[in-house]
Amino acid sequence: MAATEQEILAGLGKIVNEITGIPASEVTPEKSFVDDLDIDSLSMVEIAVAAQDEFGAEIPDDQLKHLKTVKDVINFIQN
Amino acid sequence: MSTNRVRVVVTGLGTTTPLGGDVASTWAALLDGRSGIRTLTEDWVDTVPAKFAGIAAVDPGEVLPRPEARRLDRYEQFALIAARQAWQDAGAPEVEPTRLGVVVGSGIGGINTILQAYDTYRDKGWNRLSPYTVPMLMPNGAAGWISIDLGAQAGTHAAVSACATGAESIGQAIEMIRSGRADVVVAGGSEAAIHPLNMASFAAMRAMSTRNDEPHRASRPFDKGRDGFVLGEGAGIVVLESEAHAKARGARIYAVAAGVGITSDGHHISAPEPSGIGGKTAMLTAIADAGISAADVRHVNAHATSTPVGDEIEARAIREALPGSPLVTSTKSMTGHLLGGAGGIESVFTILALSERIVPATANLDDPADGLDVDIVRGEPRKLPDGQLAAINNSFGFGGHNVAVAFTTA
Repeated sequence: MAATEQEILAGLGKIVNEITGIPASEVTPEKSFVDDLDIDSLSMVEIAVAAQDEFGAEIPDDQLKHLKTVKDVINFIQN
Repeated sequence: MSTNRVRVVVTGLGTTTPLGGDVASTWAALLDGRSGIRTLTEDWVDTVPAKFAGIAAVDPGEVLPRPEARRLDRYEQFALIAARQAWQDAGAPEVEPTRLGVVVGSGIGGINTILQAYDTYRDKGWNRLSPYTVPMLMPNGAAGWISIDLGAQAGTHAAVSACATGAESIGQAIEMIRSGRADVVVAGGSEAAIHPLNMASFAAMRAMSTRNDEPHRASRPFDKGRDGFVLGEGAGIVVLESEAHAKARGARIYAVAAGVGITSDGHHISAPEPSGIGGKTAMLTAIADAGISAADVRHVNAHATSTPVGDEIEARAIREALPGSPLVTSTKSMTGHLLGGAGGIESVFTILALSERIVPATANLDDPADGLDVDIVRGEPRKLPDGQLAAINNSFGFGGHNVAVAFTTA
């Protein structure tokens, strides 16, 4: 069964916290990884790889650069 | 001595070592004569001849937040911890970013990262590697992270000269301030090389002690029974500052970083040149650079690693270079040999010996080698006299590097 948006958001919050130390509660759908959460490109790669492991959805490099917000990642994983 | 040359002073100290997670605990352990060497319990220990080492007393993972620790190699973790200690100890100086520099090196660099990343690459593929793999393995990584932490913009350097790295870094920092490129420089060395490949590779050189039944007695510089060095890990960092800058802000001054002497043997890739002329000339050059006389030097923190060949050559060089009967010690008898970190922590110890006027004893020196003819402190620490004094930290490295840093009382 596919994960719900809430499940993916909770999982992403945990991953972002593990990798960057940002509290999971700050990882909300409208946030931009770069502009709001101050996450750099190297950490984004770590987050993408961890998200692939967690949700089983591969995020190709050419897609990763289009995933600006937390919501973008949730949508990508759901689709 | 040139009277108008910029004087460089030491205003901050930081260490994390096998004896303690900071300067105070490490220094107290040294004066107590405690050993930081212990038997290794890792499962690979059966594969190497030397089964003990000086593991850092405080694991860096206990000090750094996890998100920070995971993107740093262990040698970078030690360096950043020691640099932050030194910076706080100096009173977190207010300095223009463009007047703040960093010179911090490592003998080996991020070798744990290299080896673990290779396993990951081979077993799981390139896209499972941490994107931080390169910044973690590069030997200038520690210097880079410190410069980011402090916002240093006057230039960041990473000396790489094996076991002379820490001392050479401090020497370069002195020159950086004298030349007018910076007012404040954070300098020193770091190492984290306790990995079976390193233990095996040094064993292949027959360089390591194999006194497996008595690890705490294995590092015994200048002793007849010495049979090789003992690997340690950690970092030693100092904050150096122009005297004018330090005085203007009312900083506590531990000592004057008075001079540096650097020579190379040009002789053999690992063995010291037998006459000791390289080390002797480094000491004499540091003395001349400091504008002092050789007889002013009353203490030497020797490189003396407990290898059969090196210690006696260094003792002879000290005797020939320094007529003032300096109190000689090798703190490696307690910390083990931190390779690129050695010159960092041992400069810190030399500075503390001067500022507190006490020299830690060389541990395990039960039966001094014949013909040393230098005054090696053993048994108990010994006091240094009052008045203006100088001390030298010697650090020599594979590749034929000889570095002597001269400090004088503040």
